[in-house]
Order: sequence, then C-alpha cells, then structure tokens
Amino acid sequence: MKNLVVVGNGMVGQRFVEAVRSRDTTGEWRITVLAEEGRPAYDRVRLSAFFDGVSPEELSLHTPDDEVDLRLGEPVVSLDRERRVAVTGAGEYPYDALVLATGSYPFVPPIDGRDLSGVFVYRTLDDLEAIRDFAKGKRTGAVIGGGLLGLEAANALRLLDLSTHVIEFAPRLMPVQVDEAGGAMLRRYVEDLDVKVHTGAATTAIRPRNDGDVHGLTLSNGEWIQADIVVVAAGVRPRDDVARAAGIAVGDRGGILVDGTCQTSDDRIFAIGECAAVDGLCYGLVAPGYAMAEVVADRLLGGQATFPGADLSTKLKLLGVDVASFGDAHGTTEGCLDVTFTDPATRVYAKLVLSDDAQTLLGGVLVGDATAYPTLRASVGGALPGPPLALLAPESEGGGTGAGIAALPGSAQVCSCNAVTKDQIIGAIHEGCTDVGAIKSCTRAGTSCGSCVPMLKQLLAVSGVQMSKALCEHFDHSRQELFEIIRVRGIRTFSQLVAEHGRGRGCDICKPAVASILAALGSGYILDGEQAALQDTNDHFLANIQKDGTYSVVPRIPGGEITPEKLIVIGEVARDFNLYTKITGGQRIDLFGARVEQLPQIWRRLVDAGFESGHAYGKALRTVKSCVGSTWCRYGVQDSVGLAVALELRYRGLRAPHKLKSAVSGCARECAEARSKDFGVIATDNGWNLYVGGNGGFRPRHADLFASDLSTEELVRLIDRFLMFYIRTADRLQRTAAWIEAMEGGLDHLRAVIVDDSLGLCDELDAAMAQHVGAYEDEWRATIEDPERVRRFTSFVNAPDTPDPSISFEVERGQPVPALGERRPVTLGLPTMGARQ
Amino acid sequence: MTDTLTQQWTVVCPYDRVDPERGVAALVGGEQVAIFRTFDGSLYAIGNRDPIAGAYVMSRGIVGTRGDAPTVASPLHKQVYDLRTGECLDEPGVSVPVYNVRLRDDMIEISR
Ligand SMILES: Cc1cc2nc3c(=O)[nH]c(=O)nc-3n(C[C@H](O)[C@H](O)[C@H](O)COP(=O)(O)OP(=O)(O)OC[C@H]3O[C@@H](n4cnc5c(N)ncnc54)[C@H](O)[C@@H]3O)c2cc1C
Ligand code: SF4
Repeated sequence: MKNLVVVGNGMVGQRFVEAVRSRDTTGEWRITVLAEEGRPAYDRVRLSAFFDGVSPEELSLHTPDDEVDLRLGEPVVSLDRERRVAVTGAGEYPYDALVLATGSYPFVPPIDGRDLSGVFVYRTLDDLEAIRDFAKGKRTGAVIGGGLLGLEAANALRLLDLSTHVIEFAPRLMPVQVDEAGGAMLRRYVEDLDVKVHTGAATTAIRPRNDGDVHGLTLSNGEWIQADIVVVAAGVRPRDDVARAAGIAVGDRGGILVDGTCQTSDDRIFAIGECAAVDGLCYGLVAPGYAMAEVVADRLLGGQATFPGADLSTKLKLLGVDVASFGDAHGTTEGCLDVTFTDPATRVYAKLVLSDDAQTLLGGVLVGDATAYPTLRASVGGALPGPPLALLAPESEGGGTGAGIAALPGSAQVCSCNAVTKDQIIGAIHEGCTDVGAIKSCTRAGTSCGSCVPMLKQLLAVSGVQMSKALCEHFDHSRQELFEIIRVRGIRTFSQLVAEHGRGRGCDICKPAVASILAALGSGYILDGEQAALQDTNDHFLANIQKDGTYSVVPRIPGGEITPEKLIVIGEVARDFNLYTKITGGQRIDLFGARVEQLPQIWRRLVDAGFESGHAYGKALRTVKSCVGSTWCRYGVQDSVGLAVALELRYRGLRAPHKLKSAVSGCARECAEARSKDFGVIATDNGWNLYVGGNGGFRPRHADLFASDLSTEELVRLIDRFLMFYIRTADRLQRTAAWIEAMEGGLDHLRAVIVDDSLGLCDELDAAMAQHVGAYEDEWRATIEDPERVRRFTSFVNAPDTPDPSISFEVERGQPVPALGERRPVTLGLPTMGARQ
Repeated sequence: MTDTLTQQWTVVCPYDRVDPERGVAALVGGEQVAIFRTFDGSLYAIGNRDPIAGAYVMSRGIVGTRGDAPTVASPLHKQVYDLRTGECLDEPGVSVPVYNVRLRDDMIEISR
C-alpha cells in the first residue's frame, strides 16, 4: 500500500477523498487527511444557511469511512520534500503522493483597526458562530465588500437583527458577476430590505470605542458609519503558504502553480480547489475544484484525465433575489451584441451576450428571475435555444424553457457542479431512471447546488418518461390528487370515485391505492363492503403471502419488548400449527407457513393471549424498533423503549402510501439504527432529535436531522404532522426518502409546512391524526369476532375441510420450509399448462 | 369442444358466496379452479394455479379491467390475466385454463 496524504478537509479535499475511495477498489492507497479545522468537511457554499437555523450537523459533507485516517485540528505546518513527509504539530506523515486542498483565506485589506475586537471574516463555521455570539445585544453592523460574500454576510447581519450597511469600492454591487444595469436592479432589491448600500467608497479606517470594541468606519468620501460589528468580505486569497515555504512554485498573484493534471512543480505533489492556480489561474467556485479532485483521483489510479477548464457561471439567491451570470457576462468578446430586458414593474433584469452574427449565445446576466438560467447556461457556445425575448421574459409567457432544452446539444453540461452532460442524463433515463431522485443517485447531477433540478424534470419530460401523473389507465390523477378529491368531495367508495373521476373497474395499482386513501381518511374496518374488493391479498387476508401461497403471521411486539409469557404463547402457536419461526429485522417474530384457513385459528390463540395485528401485511406502520436505553444501558440518556412503545401504539394501523418504519435510540451511539428509518428518534441530554427520510433496502439512505432537543410532546406533534402530510401528498409506493427528495424545496419546505405551518395545514393534520388514534381498532380481533368476516378464510368454497393439496413442507435445520419437489416454479417461455378450452 | 348437453357440471356454491370483484377457490374433479364475480355480476372461472410462480393463488388476486377485458392480477407478482380467455396480458405466451361456469337456481356450477 502507498501513502496518500491530503492536506485540508474542505469541500474539495473531501470530494477528492470520496473519489479515490470509490475508484480504488484494490486498496492501492492508504489515505491520511490532515485538517486544520476542528470539524470534518461541510458545505461551505451553503454556509449562510447557518443563520436560517440550519445546524452545522446538517451542513456536514462527511461520511464516516474507517479506511480513511482523518485528523481534525491538526494543520500541516511544513513539508519536508526531501524525506517526503508532511509535518504537523503532532507528528510526521510520510507520503508517496500528497494533495494540497487548502482552499483560500479571507483577504483583509491593511486598514487601521482591522484587529479590533468585533471585526470578523466570513469563511468558516467558527467565523459564523463567533459573529452570532458577538452580535448579541448589538444594534448596527457593517460589511466591507459588496460582492457575493459581502451580500451573504449582510443578510446574516440582517437576520441577527442589526441595522446593516454594505460598503463596496466598485461603483456597483457584485461587480464581478453582474453589469451596471444588473447591479442597479440588485441595489433596489437590497435597499428594500433596509440594507444601506455605499458604492464607490473605500474604507479608510476602523475605529474603536473606549472599551476597545469596534465603533465604526470612516470612508474615503468622508462619511462616518457607526457599527458595533464589522465583517470584512473583501475577497479571498489562495492558501499557498505551506507550499511556498517548501519551495513549490507559486503564481505571480498567489496560488500553487499546477498544470492541466493538477501536478505542482514537485511531481509527487498535487494541488486542487481554491489553492491551485491552473496554468496561473485560481478559481473561487466549488465546481472547478470538484473537477480537479476527479482529475487527480483518476491520475493516482492510473488514469489520464486532465482538467477540462472551468465554467465560471453562478446562480445565487442573495437576500432573496435570484442572481445569475454565465459565460461572457460582461461582453468582452469582440463584436458581441447585447440583448437586454428590463422590467421595473416585476423588477427583472436580464441580458444576453450574443456573437456578432447574433447566432451564438456567449453569456449573460439575470437578476430577479433566474428561471431560464439552467437552459441558458447550458447553451453557451451553441445556438440560442429560442428567440431571445421568449427566453428572457418570465416563464408564464410562452413557457418556452421546455423547447429550449430539447434544442440543447448533447454535450452541454446540465449540472455544472458535477460536470454531468445532457447526454449522460438522457443515457441514465434510458437505462431506467424515471424520476429526479433516480437521476441524482445514478449520475450525481443535481446533488450539489440543485439549480439544475428543473432541467432534470424537463429532460424526463422530453424523453417521454411517463411524467404523466396518471396513476394507471383508470385514473388520470396522481395519488395526491385522488386523495384531495376523495377528501374534499367526501367520497366513500371506489365505485363512486371511478364512476365520477375515472373509467373501467380498476386494477391492482389503483384499487389498493384508493383503499389506502379511504383507510387514511378514517373509513374503519378495511375489509367491509366494497372495500374488501380493493385490497391486495395481503390486506385481504391480513397476512403476508409467501411464494407457495401460504401466509406469514406477525403479531405486534411494540418497541420489541415482550414478556416471557407472550414469548411462550408464540412458541406454542408455532409448534401447534407447525410454523417456521424467524426473528425479523424489526424486532419481532414472523411465523411462516400458515394456510389461509388456519389464519383465524392462529389469531384466536394470539388475540386471547393479548396480541394484536402487527400490520406487516399493510402499507402501514411496521415497527418502532428500540435499544434498551436508559433503563438498562449505562450510556442511555432517555427511555428509548418507553418512547418506542408509545410511538408504535400511537401510529399502529396507520395506512400510508408505503410501509413506514421507525426506531428510537437511547443515546447518540444509535444502537437502534434510527437513521435508517422513515422517522428515527435519537435521545439527547435535553430531549429527542428527530430524523426523517431514511430507509434501508434497495437504495439505502440515512435520515436527515429534522429538529433537535424536542420534548416528547413536541416530538410527537412533529411526527404526527410529518406522517399525515406524507400520507396526503406522497405518490403511490413512494417511501418518505423519495418523497422528500422529490419535494420542491426539500427538507426546508417540509420544515416550513409542519413546523412553521406555512400552508396553514397543521390544524387539519393534527385533527386527522387525532381521528386515527381515536378510531384505532385491532383488525384481527375485529375479524375473528365476526363469523361473516371469518368466512373468507377457506381453502375451497366447496370443500372447506380439504387443505390446499399443493402445499407441503420438508424439514430444514429443524423447521418446516416449503417443499420444492413438484412445485418448482415453471420458467417463463416454457410451454404452460392447458390453454383455453 | 365438448357438447354442452353431455357436459358434466359440478355444483360449487351459492352465488352470493362470491363477493363482487373477488374470487374463491373450488375443487372440481380434483382440479383447483378460481371463480370470480365481476362488478356487473358476471362469473368467470380459470385455473387457480399461477403459471409463473407455480402456486395455487389466482383466486386471491385483484379483479379489475384492462381496456374492455375483465381481469385478475396474480397476487404474487401481479401479472394480469384476461378472465375470458385465460391469456396473460403481460407475458405473451403464458396462460391459464378457463372453465365453463353457469348459474342455476342461484348456485354456481362449473364444468371442465
Ligand atoms: C459564504 C460563502 C459562500 C459561497 N458560495 C458559493 C457559491 O454559491 N458557489 C460556489 O461555487 N462557491 C461558493 N463559495 C466558495 C466555495 O465554498 C469554495 O470554492 C470551496 O469551498 C473551495 O473548496 P476548497 O476545498 O478548495 O477550500 P475550503 O473549502 O476552504 O477548504 C480548505 C480547507 O483546508 C484547510 N487548510 C488550510 N491550510 C491547511 C493546512 N496547512 N493544513 C491542514 N488544513 C489546512 C482549511 O482550514 C479548510 O478547512 C462560497 C464560499 C463562502 C465562504
Ligand atoms: S443507543 Fe445508547 S442507550 Fe441505546 S443501547 Fe446504544 S449506547 Fe445504550
């Protein structure tokens, strides 16, 4: 094994490590990461979300990897290139290859007073925490710098309730990205938010108060601006200090010089990300850094990749305003033409830069509405995807962006963060990706800044993927729409629904979906009247069908807690009915091999012993798994079993678009694996953290932190709403993970709906859950207590005492299992028995 | 095809023993038959064995329509069969046998 040392665990360093790990299948490299910051890599691009309440944990980009030795808070102080070791305060690390991913540092101009207490920079989570802490009780703030960073910082101060000033040396805001007219439009937006803008002004000094804290700024135009806190956002400089001291070549204006393979002047040392100057040029955006990371990962494993050059286009939302610039935004190409569009009423400004023959799109600027950005950016260098005005005017008129995407060349990059082209996405769609989530996991497109997601949807649409919401041939509606129709019109039967809103008599797709909706809207016992005809066989016989036509039985064991007496009953039932028993992943016991006519007898025994249905057969809550928690475990901080039992009893029987799983862990060690569940709860010293949208299965996904340190009451309220909102709005067979991924606005939107009640729905959701909890009854008890209901559990209508003769068992490891023998399934394509008469 | 007059009919069960849009299984001369009642009240009978999975489960499938065809979907892997012909509509070449079914004095009768 060779040693690979990575210096810096920022966005690019992290992506690099992931890229090597995913390609290095033979374990060629042993990786050590030496990181200056005390926390593992996080999403710096979304740094400002911290002030919207997004926790550092949610910004984390870190995926635990035992094979990588990550050393936090251990910066490299020097490189000994002779001996090939990286030196930190704690030791020396030998390398065969070393990758510098040290990023940038904020540039602070040499102004008097720059060291005063109360003057901050804006680069790391630590910076932001310090700003938040210092701002407590302060009234005014100033930001030096009116670029991208400066405006983000200004918004942060605003959110901290400070009256805010922005000082920009250039004559307009965001001089790098937008032109003068765009800057003017932007200024109007910003001033509307009560941020005072001073352009064309340099800061000459920062002055202290008597107590030494900052007091305010003097400007080159003589103005005095009082400020209790100052944030300097005057640009960044590449961190080439360690490389420079080691004698590695650096650029004239800083940055570690590298060639197209990201190699420095030392052929064992590479530089990637913001610290690298590729052919003399540094890039202050994450996408080029990611591209460099991929190049070096490829090279270290014998590949031949080179840096393809970078697209400096950006799209941002600053202070709530969409701003985008792409390609040659400033029109520096010779002979180019501008097409501009300004609408003071809607406050939209847009500019397209075209080649001298007006045929080729070179670049542009959008302020106020950046809907057209993904299409336009991907068209740079090619033909215009439509008439300029139709492209620029707000989407409602003409709605031309769909046509635009069809016209894009296949080589156009749709996702620039991850360098995914239109061809690659179309390829993924042809290989079976039928929704945005699938495209994301298959190509990585749309997983970083997300601005290309609308394009992914359009690509799905133009590829003819059944984007039609129609559930099946019987309904043109999506499940969500049917839910609303049934709820608002008060429809109680499938017949009424299909007669008024559909056609035909339904199928195995729409019938169970409608059955689930009717159940969720509180229509009682799921097998009465017409509803019986809607249920899948599992729901129809309240058990899980197995490959030989027998069923399995799963009694509920809330939280996985069970008394010895009940365990004995399960054992006796299994023995008496000759059932195969297995412990499930959900902490309960599954009894296999029950014939349909045995089900009521088995359940009579179970119900008498105090068991109830476990709904393993339903698209419903399955289990709430738990660890033993504070009752027994020496680490536990809360009673995880008690909560799990309470949650399982609250949500038992709740019918949903898909199965629902949950778990509760008694402390952060997470023994119950709550983060692999649709909703998972982890105890904290102060209460509970709620995670949502996890699942195991085909596409495993960790749940995301949704809210922290909740009281039990707050927790239950959020879960109530989460589940009810899911039940109302998800597609058929869409697990919560896919539901959240597909949701416009994602987790933030979900939080807005169920925490802040942004749709005014919470009362209804709460009421719906209250109705569910109040109306719950055990389906199996209700079944065995009613002879009419028991009647359907027969082998043959005309020979109820004859068991299905095709079912037989053999013994394996001391238990019955389906006998293969003559029941071996026929393979497709072989002649099949008796065609029609 | 057998002459209707000389056909052997087996009485199976009362009509109302089959719920609308559901099926029941019956033993007819040692063969397992799945009998269905559709929404309009018609009766259909097909072999109870799912030819793809090899298990005798067809009577427990969901009854519906595809276009004009009355259908049942296998409860195991959801392939859909035309109740009139026994043809599998999802897997060309796969089919189940169909049986004659009639109603006499409110009793369902099957012949092979
Ligand atoms: C507020 C803000 C908003 C942004 N918005 C956008 C945006 O919208 N779009 C966009 O594309 N980009 C944006 N960026 C820029 C983007 O964050 C950077 O391009 C990206 O983080 C660069 O990644 P990097 O790994 O090169 O550097 P960094 O993420 O800065 O990581 C470098 C790491 O190396 C560490 N380090 C430095 N020296 C040493 C040493 N000697 N030893 C060990 N460790 C060391 C540093 O502590 C740091 O953790 C934004 C940046 C900020 C601050
Ligand atoms: S999660 Fe914590 S409380 Fe629960 S078993 Fe593990 S260590 Fe103990």
